[in-house]
Amino acid sequence: MINRLLLTALFALLALPALAQQSPPDASTSTAASAAATSLESLLAQFPDADFATKRDLVTALAGNGSPAALNVLSAMLDGRLFYRLTDKIVVVAEKDSDPLTVVDARTGQALPSAPAAEFDRVTTNNGLRKALRGAIAQAQLSSADAAVRLAAVDELTRNLDEESVALLRAHLASEKDAAVREATENALAITDLQSAEPATRGAAISSLKDSLDNEVFARLSAMAGKGEDAAQVDPDPAVRAAAAAAVKHMQRWRSFYSSIETLLFGLSLGSVLVLAGIGLAVTFGVMGVINMAHGELMMLGAYTVYVVQQLMPNHIGVSIIVAIPAAFLVAGLFGVLIERGIVRYLYGRPLETLLATFGVSLVLQQLVRDVFSPNNRPVETPQWMAGSLQINDVLAITYSRLYIILFTLAVFFLLLAVLKRTRLGLEVRAVSLNRNMARAMGIRTEWVDALTFGLGSGIAGVAGVALSQLTNVGPNLGQSYIVDSFMVVVFGGVGSLWGTLTAGTSLGVSSKLLEPAVGAVLAKILVLVFLIIFIQRRPRGLFPQKGRAAEG
Amino acid sequence: MGISHQLFSMLKADRGGRIFLAVLLGVAVLMPVLHLVVPESSALHLSSYWMTLVGKYMAYAMMALAVDLVWGYCGILSLGHAAFFALGGYAMGMYLMRQIGPRGVYGDPVLPDFMVFLNWKELPWFWHGFDMFWFAMAMVVLVPALLALAFGWFAFRSRVTGVYLSIITQAMTYALMLAFFRNDMGFGGNNGFTDFKDLLGFDLHKRTVQTTLFVATAIFLALSYLACRYVVSSRAGRVVAAVRDAESRTRFIGYRVENYKLWVFTFSAIIAGIAGALYVPQVGIINPSEFSPINSIEVVIWVAIGGRGTLYGAIAGAVLVNYAKTAFSTALPSAWLYFLGLLFVLTTLFLPRGFIGLGRQLASRKPAAPAPAEAKA
Repeated sequence: MINRLLLTALFALLALPALAQQSPPDASTSTAASAAATSLESLLAQFPDADFATKRDLVTALAGNGSPAALNVLSAMLDGRLFYRLTDKIVVVAEKDSDPLTVVDARTGQALPSAPAAEFDRVTTNNGLRKALRGAIAQAQLSSADAAVRLAAVDELTRNLDEESVALLRAHLASEKDAAVREATENALAITDLQSAEPATRGAAISSLKDSLDNEVFARLSAMAGKGEDAAQVDPDPAVRAAAAAAVKHMQRWRSFYSSIETLLFGLSLGSVLVLAGIGLAVTFGVMGVINMAHGELMMLGAYTVYVVQQLMPNHIGVSIIVAIPAAFLVAGLFGVLIERGIVRYLYGRPLETLLATFGVSLVLQQLVRDVFSPNNRPVETPQWMAGSLQINDVLAITYSRLYIILFTLAVFFLLLAVLKRTRLGLEVRAVSLNRNMARAMGIRTEWVDALTFGLGSGIAGVAGVALSQLTNVGPNLGQSYIVDSFMVVVFGGVGSLWGTLTAGTSLGVSSKLLEPAVGAVLAKILVLVFLIIFIQRRPRGLFPQKGRAAEG
Repeated sequence: MGISHQLFSMLKADRGGRIFLAVLLGVAVLMPVLHLVVPESSALHLSSYWMTLVGKYMAYAMMALAVDLVWGYCGILSLGHAAFFALGGYAMGMYLMRQIGPRGVYGDPVLPDFMVFLNWKELPWFWHGFDMFWFAMAMVVLVPALLALAFGWFAFRSRVTGVYLSIITQAMTYALMLAFFRNDMGFGGNNGFTDFKDLLGFDLHKRTVQTTLFVATAIFLALSYLACRYVVSSRAGRVVAAVRDAESRTRFIGYRVENYKLWVFTFSAIIAGIAGALYVPQVGIINPSEFSPINSIEVVIWVAIGGRGTLYGAIAGAVLVNYAKTAFSTALPSAWLYFLGLLFVLTTLFLPRGFIGLGRQLASRKPAAPAPAEAKA
């Protein structure tokens, strides 16, 4: 419901300035429009001396005029921004209520020199007039050529249904061509019919509203069926009541269907985050057998790379994320190669020591970030194209960021899979992980491959960091909060299996989102952890254990 | 008779242990004297700050002992030992909370302040009995022991080893931390317990009581050391070391490897729990951050730096690293993490046997040097 309100408000906001910007000189090119403009001029001329009754007629006439300039005048009047100059009685629209006033000529839309507020008088309104204005604006919007504006107007009218707006909607329905607007209009009319004194009309309204997913409709029908809190709204007619109950049941089925799709998507997006965090680890831990406790900090470096890139190109936030992806890969990958060359290579075959040494690295990296940037979180902006959500209906809305992260994860996953299975490097990586000595005997430079593999895994951690920068706070502790999760994902999926990591991440994400409504977020996380601990004890090699000789190491 | 003879022969072979016990005895006698007997005006007087600090270090040293026992002797790298420490601490904290009684801010005779604040009407079932000291002390031992027993039972039987075990122990303490952060768990949420008043009727703010706690900690540290030394030098201790060095071979010879592991793990958890219980009344607070995975890893680094598989090395490491931490956090707070991080890296790369092993490492470079006299436990 909130989403829908916001959306409507957004449409209205977008629509009004767009209308206001169309200047009358454009319109005056055609003769019809010029006639409208003259009558607009004559109508406006009457405002300064009109009483409320006259003003009301004028408002109706302006609404019938239908030009964007008229609409602009109406909404300005509703907001109390319509003035006339005391000297020559020219009607003007003020940008906002200020002193001195910045005004434009209401007839032409041309800017006039700003002047002290004392030189103007406001075109006053009263309650009745404001109501008429709202109706007139809606009417003007209903006759707009833009379907989105019409839809917003219908929604606006639906929210406060009274006789006038119902009459407006009824009149509008006949001329409406656009399917979505038509449906919204019919819905609105059916909602009014629900209050009809005639049981048959109410019954017909119920059956026409049955497939609606509108929250308002659902609340009304539940109340009529006797499921609401207000006993006064329960329908007196038993047949209608039964019909309402059946409709509610039908609606509930659909609503729970859509909300389970939403939960699934939430779970998938959480799972994608887990997969992204785990997938780099699947390379360093799974393929190379190196426990890299600094993995989370490499993600953190990726997230900070986004911040730095945005600082460098503050005017191109939309592009910055795209630029940051390869940059983060390089930064984190470079750090990874340094860690491998500097520390990890001396510790092959001693996993516990590797764990401790890389943990030391993680502490150093955290402090480094604190000293270089700040101990506080850094602001990372979300590009315009990632904001907002895809509103499928009242129940189901998908934020674009969730959608993108799922797609992004899949892209990274398949790219990595392709690198490991289809390239020369991937072949060498797999050869070294299977049998180091044999690989060396075949002429593979194992040291080189080790460094590159570690760099690859670390670089993917950096890329994961780019995604995380859009979801969580970018601060020195970013990595810590993901390290336990990412190890869990890799171990659960089966060390060395990329597909296992994908399955494990998504299933863990979905199951914790499924648990969340019942037990709360923290308990869901605890339950997932406990499940994992038990699972690893039952199947220490994960969901997809490696088979054959590779498993023996 | 038998015990004292065994103890004597055990210490005869343990030069590092003799040095440690001598130092501990010195500290446990000298510090209380300097604190209580020497007048405050004297330059030799020790402030309560130092008493609390060293008392804290001794509790940490017990914790390090516990980790060294499982890691140094049995090869189980537990990254979740802080959980046992914190559970012991929470058991003690619950007793101390019940002792507050009606002196809390809200003055409820039974309910601790945070429960009144959460509008709870009665004590949750698991809080019953904690008004009795013996019961609370039994819980200090039993809760960590049972958790270790249950966890180890499943983990060791299904042969989860190496890094997998490390990761699930870390997950265990992480899950417990999240759980204890929840307000409705009944453990005070993220504030934990604090504002303790007295222990067994003695006012915790009195210097004599603090000193008694200090001495008690020293005694428990000495006892834990002796117990650990006894375990590792016993016949079973040799099997445990064999498990560390060649698990499959030990199993093939016919030992029930998982049973040895389980008992060592549980015993170690008990020591960690007692350490936690001694820690809480001295520092005056316990909260869920004690469960955080980094705490467990820090203990591991104390042991690694001191020298694992020696027991006294672990204690030395705990005291050294913590003293360094205290010194750094007052002088150069931001440098502490660099220092700790570099310690991790450098000790694992260059000092695989820790500082205690440094002497041996150097000695072994000279071909003429005689073999170390002490028997490796």
